[in-house]
Amino acid sequence: MTQAQIQETANFPVRIDEPGARKWRDYFTFNTDHKVIGIQYLVTSFIFYCIGGVLADLVRTELRTPEVDFVSPEVYNSLFTLHATIMIFLWIVPAGAGFANYLIPLMIGAKDMAFPRLNAVAFWMIPVGGLLLVASLAVGDAPDAGWTSYPPLSLVTGQVGEGIWIMSVLLLGTSSILGAINFLVTLIKMRTPGMGVHQMPLFCWAMFATSALVLMSTPVLAAGLILLAFDLLAGTTFFNPTGGGDPVVYQHMFWFYSHPAVYIMILPFFGAISEIIPIHSRKPIFGYKAIAYSSLAISFLGLIVWAHHMFTSGIPGWLRMFFMITTMIIAVPTGIKIFSWLATMWGGKIQLNSAMLFAIGFVGTFVIGGISGVMLAAVPFDIHVHDTYFVVAHLHYVLFGGSVLGIFAAIYHWFPKMTGRMFNEFWGKVHFALTIVGLNMTFLPMHKLGMMGMNRRVAQYDPKFTLLNEICTYGAYILAVSTFPFIINAIWSWMYGEKAGNNPWRALTLEWMTTSPPAIENFDGFPVLATGPYDYGLERANEGVPLSDPNPLLSAGPNSVLRADPDEPYPTIESDLEQRVSGNKD
Amino acid sequence: MKIPSSIWTLLIGIVLTLASLWYGQNHGLLPTAASDEAVLVDGLFNSMMTVSVGIFLIVEGVLIYSVFKYRRRAGDNEDGPPVEGNVPLEILWTAIPAIIVIGISVYSFDVYNEIGGFDPHAVHEAPINQSSMNMPGAAFAQRAGTALAATLTDTPPSTAPNLNQEKSDEAMQDPATAAVRNADQIPQLRNAPGVGSVAPTLGSSPDKAGQPASLAVNVTGLQYAWIFTYPETGITTGELHVPIGREVQINMTANDVIHAFWVPEFRLKQDAIPGRQSEIRFTPNKVGDYALICAELCGPYHGAMRSQVVVESQENFDKWMQKQLVASHETLNQAVAVNPANLTPDEFLAPYTKEMGIQPEILHQVHK
Repeated sequence: MTQAQIQETANFPVRIDEPGARKWRDYFTFNTDHKVIGIQYLVTSFIFYCIGGVLADLVRTELRTPEVDFVSPEVYNSLFTLHATIMIFLWIVPAGAGFANYLIPLMIGAKDMAFPRLNAVAFWMIPVGGLLLVASLAVGDAPDAGWTSYPPLSLVTGQVGEGIWIMSVLLLGTSSILGAINFLVTLIKMRTPGMGVHQMPLFCWAMFATSALVLMSTPVLAAGLILLAFDLLAGTTFFNPTGGGDPVVYQHMFWFYSHPAVYIMILPFFGAISEIIPIHSRKPIFGYKAIAYSSLAISFLGLIVWAHHMFTSGIPGWLRMFFMITTMIIAVPTGIKIFSWLATMWGGKIQLNSAMLFAIGFVGTFVIGGISGVMLAAVPFDIHVHDTYFVVAHLHYVLFGGSVLGIFAAIYHWFPKMTGRMFNEFWGKVHFALTIVGLNMTFLPMHKLGMMGMNRRVAQYDPKFTLLNEICTYGAYILAVSTFPFIINAIWSWMYGEKAGNNPWRALTLEWMTTSPPAIENFDGFPVLATGPYDYGLERANEGVPLSDPNPLLSAGPNSVLRADPDEPYPTIESDLEQRVSGNKD
Repeated sequence: MKIPSSIWTLLIGIVLTLASLWYGQNHGLLPTAASDEAVLVDGLFNSMMTVSVGIFLIVEGVLIYSVFKYRRRAGDNEDGPPVEGNVPLEILWTAIPAIIVIGISVYSFDVYNEIGGFDPHAVHEAPINQSSMNMPGAAFAQRAGTALAATLTDTPPSTAPNLNQEKSDEAMQDPATAAVRNADQIPQLRNAPGVGSVAPTLGSSPDKAGQPASLAVNVTGLQYAWIFTYPETGITTGELHVPIGREVQINMTANDVIHAFWVPEFRLKQDAIPGRQSEIRFTPNKVGDYALICAELCGPYHGAMRSQVVVESQENFDKWMQKQLVASHETLNQAVAVNPANLTPDEFLAPYTKEMGIQPEILHQVHK
């Protein structure tokens, strides 16, 4: 028996419980099983993706012609404001948290997250915040100052809509802070004995870096938003120039979160791609440590690049240079990841299933967004293209070509684990083809539009840009169509798909070492770690990788207290004291 | 893993380099370069484009090549070779991007310096001459307080004390601050040390350091128009005319929300922020009409906030200036002759809207 097989058989739970949700209704309850919460996150965020997508297509429909002829300019501004807010705070960020919730305890061999109830609270803030935001459309006063909500504009547009926007984003931000605390504690304290940090799967490293970044930056956004709410509702003048406030201070506070937010949105999927590529290429990940530490480097550098959003708003020359250099440097750890993925694929046995296709699509399109990001860091060029469609193109290549393709890759990859059934490959490939065509058709022409002089957030534009805008609009329709094969396939496969088995990809990370879908509490006791997470093509029989105890009860480990056997009585204070006193006497 | 070295690698490298160099110069993605600064920025962009195309082709090339070359054949359930890393290769691909971004940074730094990013005088000298902001229509501003009229500040001639500074001091001392304050009374903090009220932006290039620009124009952004005043002559227009070949300094501010002054052909952009003054300098070098675009979201009609920049010869510029002087006298008389209190905003503004480049429909929508 190979090490991998030992690992798999040893970890398979003896008694197979049903998953945390027995009926579909369980997904609508305050369930504290991390797997249920993970799926709650994923499904909720996908619903918001569809809402945000409809808004995006309305925006593109307006932009099909240079005149304002589809919606009024006020409604147009609400549409793109809500589109951005929903896609960022209700789709990409929660989807990352959803995967982390589902996968982290499984990957590190824990039974659940460190704080299961906190976990459920963090999730239930998402639908509340989201419904609040969407409800602003119903009251007819949706926020329309852009997702950046710069004062003084945000102070002079509708007060109700802006107030709702602030409240909603505060809720969603709180949710992500609570989630981040949970991930960090779980990753630090609850790894199975024998799993050092360098045996953690790379997705865990990525979530560690992401959570640290969330904890450091999100509170600043909250502070900024609360001050903005004071200006808006209580008449203070922190940012309001009519009373001597400074609108640029808001920009600093806003971007201190919102630039790191891009890394919060992309790092989890860097992690997911680092899981997917080695498995489907049947090769160990190339440069494990380089990828792991580059996540931390991105997380750290991500905190000191925010002012590159403000190169045109008047910050001192030396400060622009500082932020130019930090922004450029961040390309280096990102490049390390991309080259490592390429090297992982090089010489492998690449299985072109839907998950791998989306992962390849991720690498291929993210590169374009990354390169234009370096261009945007160059101050003189940024001064030209700031607030134009070039920026729109760049951010969509990063966030659609990166995060969203990453989400789809991850869904296709972990779907068999989550549901116990395989995705239909044919429709998965149709989905991929439509997405790639739609994505490039929508966002590639925007680079030229921006450089030639089309500013962003406009409902009407110079007629000379009509042709390119039409191409973008039809691309956006293709993107809309591309979700249909996915949705139908997901529902159909979940109900009737081919049974997947526990480890259909023959993977080595711990989440595949249990049943599909995993039982409540995932494993019996502590899982056995016989191989590293990516030891494909490698039998380490003679290298003496220690097998951890297959049946540990209260064996020493980082989480021995948390894993106390419920049948064994926990020592009371009296008995504990008694023992100590008698011990001292001896 | 061995770094592949063969005649093929060399050939591919040569082809990639040539393709990148060619595309970097022939991408056709930028509009005409109509200022001295634009030429410098384009040079930077072309070099970045060259490098980018190279990196793009390498990454996508390797990706597509791997997909075809290393596709799993049917029935092959073996694993690939267990290559876990290669330290020299990893150092190489860390070092190369690092060198590239440092190179681009240095080049950007140089361009930024050339276009005046480090002009120390820009921080201290931001002389918006308040009297030049005076417009025929000041009385109307006091009455209506609508978005458009909010801009027409009622400022006494330059000999009077600086009204904005007074307003600013007053605001600082008023305990109730701005809860009741109208948006049309935004104090323009000026020359207040330490509060960053003068946004340091693009000043003069090093070779012109310390010299005043040969033409200064004050620009005010407001929902949804740009108003230009020429301090030397006092004329106010809705269209920017500048002579070719002379350095122009734009002093800008905004009266309601943040706007951004952008002329794509000049490759220059600067936010006009209420409560602050900012400036940019540039030297136009091609005759023509260019669009001036507001690049910062400023409200629903943001897309309509456009104006013209006319770069013309010195003679034409002088002729235009003469015509404006005459016209401005006429409108001034006209404005004095009628009592603005009896007019609707549309009627009152009608004589100005045309020269300010505002479409009557937009004006109507704004005042709805």
